[in-house]
Amino acid sequence: MTGPLFDIAVAVARIAVFFAFCFGLVVVMTWVERKGAAYIQDRRGPNRADIFGIRAWGLFHPLADALKFLFKEDFIPDNAHRLFYQMAPMFSLAPAILAIAVIPFGPDVTVMERRIALQIADLNVGILYLFAVSGMTVYGVVLAGWASGSKYPLLGGLRSSAQMISYEVSMGLSLIGIFMVFESVRMSRIVAGQGGLLFGVLPKWGVFVQPLGFILFLVAQYAEANRTPFDMPESESELVAGYHTEYASFKFSMFMMAEYLHMVVGAAVVATLFFGGWQFPYLGDAGFLFPGGFAVAVPPALVLLLRIGAFVSKVLFFAWLYVWIRWTIPRFRYDQVMRLGWKVMLPLSLLNIFVTGLTLLLLKK
Amino acid sequence: MTIGVKKVARPREMSFAESLYLVEIVKGLGVTMGHMLSNIVRQEGIKTIEYPEVRRRMPPRFRGKHRLMKRENGAPRCVACFCCPTACPAKCITIVAGESPDPAVEKYPVRFDIDMLRCVFCGLCVEACPVDAIRMDTGWFTPPDDTREKLIFTIDTLLEK
Repeated sequence: MTGPLFDIAVAVARIAVFFAFCFGLVVVMTWVERKGAAYIQDRRGPNRADIFGIRAWGLFHPLADALKFLFKEDFIPDNAHRLFYQMAPMFSLAPAILAIAVIPFGPDVTVMERRIALQIADLNVGILYLFAVSGMTVYGVVLAGWASGSKYPLLGGLRSSAQMISYEVSMGLSLIGIFMVFESVRMSRIVAGQGGLLFGVLPKWGVFVQPLGFILFLVAQYAEANRTPFDMPESESELVAGYHTEYASFKFSMFMMAEYLHMVVGAAVVATLFFGGWQFPYLGDAGFLFPGGFAVAVPPALVLLLRIGAFVSKVLFFAWLYVWIRWTIPRFRYDQVMRLGWKVMLPLSLLNIFVTGLTLLLLKK
Repeated sequence: MTIGVKKVARPREMSFAESLYLVEIVKGLGVTMGHMLSNIVRQEGIKTIEYPEVRRRMPPRFRGKHRLMKRENGAPRCVACFCCPTACPAKCITIVAGESPDPAVEKYPVRFDIDMLRCVFCGLCVEACPVDAIRMDTGWFTPPDDTREKLIFTIDTLLEK
């Protein structure tokens, strides 16, 4: 297999594997969310769905949910705008999955004397693409709110648009520090730049270089993904179910999938930008090299596995953090969300840029 | 008359560390993680009663499903006096009286139906009964069923319990 055929095969294989990884994680996360919520709240959580009497701690519930959604009536309310109403779930699901294109899942591998990046597309505008795509997700929510022809979804959509605009600003600004430190917006460069050591001890991960930037970005991510404590568009205790009140059947399920995809992709982005992506602490191409000058040789295949494993475990941790945070912190009031966004997050992200610039300038001299 | 003013204790001002939220959020995360881990390791903390397998023990005066009492010879204790349908606010009891084969007893219920779809579990039928023939002490609420017909309890099902 040579030439273009090989390239096409590689591209298709990468897309298939990353797609499967993300959607598989979405399915698992729905279970993790329900089960984690239950155990945090001293309950048992789903444990009834069984296949041939095997219950497996409710692991079959996502399957049962999917089947249930497929067989439910696909209802369209009379007041809804038929076309936009049907477009909205697609608009919320598609941008969520688009974002995985620029995330490096592992280091470059050499197969049949060719270097293959474990990344669907190593765009030179990496993070800007990420912003563009994640900014589009709000259209799905606003469209759903507007097209449903009902007041609660409309309020949810309005809140969502206001919230997204507010947090998009500080999200973008909080990352500028990262660009300044790693001198690139290309995701693969940023990950490669996090391989070094800081003061000879700490791995040079984004979180150690940009601690304030990390906190701001994480908060903005939660707001972007509409997760508690920022789930204003949904807020089931105020707006029934917010923007997807009028949705049923598989369209509703698409909104849910989009929400969980946001979690998974968001976790991958945080891991990539601030926790070194596939970088395993103190692991170089040839093996471990600890700060004391103590080295352990590791075969290249194991290095690759360790690095991919490091990425996957970072993603799993941050995906779990979304769930953990959700069942710990109650929802903000709407005006508190706005105040936090404009009066705290924005000045702090500007301060972060200023301090980063000043430090870099002084270090260069 | 002057209006009495009561001083209400206000929550104290937040300290700087608290107003940053981050430390408090981490503490909160610790609380939730502690609950989760202890619930995974030891199951005693979990309050859930796994309903069909495990049933809650109802208090002794809980008004549950009705039952009809029997005499020593197995005949229903009910004398079809119609006190319970008269007392019933939901009009869910239907009795058809018949002449009892036992010479010592005047009447007995040929039919005794309780429409559980209408019953409000008020317990007035039990209060009204002069011979203690109907009781609600089964400690069990009406389970759901597939059809409406199955939820109209007849004398046979009521005597079984």
